[in-house]
Amino acid sequence: MSTSLIQAVEQAQLKTDMPNLHVGDTVDVHVRIVEGAKERIQVFNGVIIGRKGSGIAQTITVRRIVANEGVERVFPLHSPRIAEIHVKRHGHVRRAKLYYLRERVGKKRRLRDRRRGLGHLVQAAPTTPSAEPKAPDAAPEGEPVLAS
Amino acid sequence: MPATLPATLVGKKVGMTRVFNADGRNIPVTVIQAGPCFVSQLKRSDTDGYDAVQLAFDDVKPRNSTVPMIGHDAKAGITPKRHHHEFPLDPKQADALELGQQLTVDALNDTKFVDISGTSKGKGFAGVMKRWGFKGQLATHGVERKHRSPGSVSGRASNLGTGKPKKGIRMSGQQGNARITARSCEIVGIDKTNNLVWIKGTLPGANQGILLIRPAKRLYKSKARIANG
Repeated sequence: MSTSLIQAVEQAQLKTDMPNLHVGDTVDVHVRIVEGAKERIQVFNGVIIGRKGSGIAQTITVRRIVANEGVERVFPLHSPRIAEIHVKRHGHVRRAKLYYLRERVGKKRRLRDRRRGLGHLVQAAPTTPSAEPKAPDAAPEGEPVLAS
Repeated sequence: MPATLPATLVGKKVGMTRVFNADGRNIPVTVIQAGPCFVSQLKRSDTDGYDAVQLAFDDVKPRNSTVPMIGHDAKAGITPKRHHHEFPLDPKQADALELGQQLTVDALNDTKFVDISGTSKGKGFAGVMKRWGFKGQLATHGVERKHRSPGSVSGRASNLGTGKPKKGIRMSGQQGNARITARSCEIVGIDKTNNLVWIKGTLPGANQGILLIRPAKRLYKSKARIANG
């Protein structure tokens, strides 16, 4: 009984338009920032190096390099301060947490693009594979379509 | 609902979660299923010597109750209830209530801060490190079998004349399973369809434990400013 009541409390606050996010994805996180009476949107671009929690408590850790210094921010996904999240690329990763990227310097920081499960993207745009995938959440997860 | 309704309810702790407020700030909340409660007895100063209301909460099968309790509830015209708790009232508030009346979370509409009492989780017979946060003794340097012991309880100066340690020396003993009141808890939200109240922060006791909600007795300045608008 009680778990269903808690879920009822959380359900109302969950976002329904969340893109399908994976560890290793390069994302643009649009953060609402309130300065006095004005509100503006700041974009934080980086790689998702970890996901934590579930439901309303779910967070992602996004890492980026600013002036040769690593910066990590933790975003609660369902916070109203997160205006939207765009997935720019899918990285090929074999870990749930990419903490090893913290030790990497230079070119080693880069993640190989994910080739598996992106067949529809390759067919749609064969010449510009790095173009922004318009519908990243449509990536058929668990369907290993090999891109030729 | 008139504003004279007392902000007193009996509830059940459901669990904890978080809510985001209008600023996008993340607030930890405890969810309480508060009510519906029923007035099972009204005590008035002319008959009982003081003014109070007894609230009944949570339906119970008659076979799990007792005949005297069933009769007590029937007198107020309500079905058998599991929990009965008494709350002191102003005479004016007592005038507004009648026997068998239902109280829901609507009673908390105009309330911003409440005191909440419950029974804390029992910790058993706990040592001084757990119970009072003592540091214990060293791990090495010749300490033997005394790593978590309290050390000295008094010296000659403090017990001169009596030969006993001072009163109130913190020692090991039963911890938890006692009535605890969390004071001035902020009401974050009210869910009228499910009779839920969201309270900021933690509350005493385990989930499914019974909690008593009363209006806050006294508030610190900053909270009093908010409560008085």
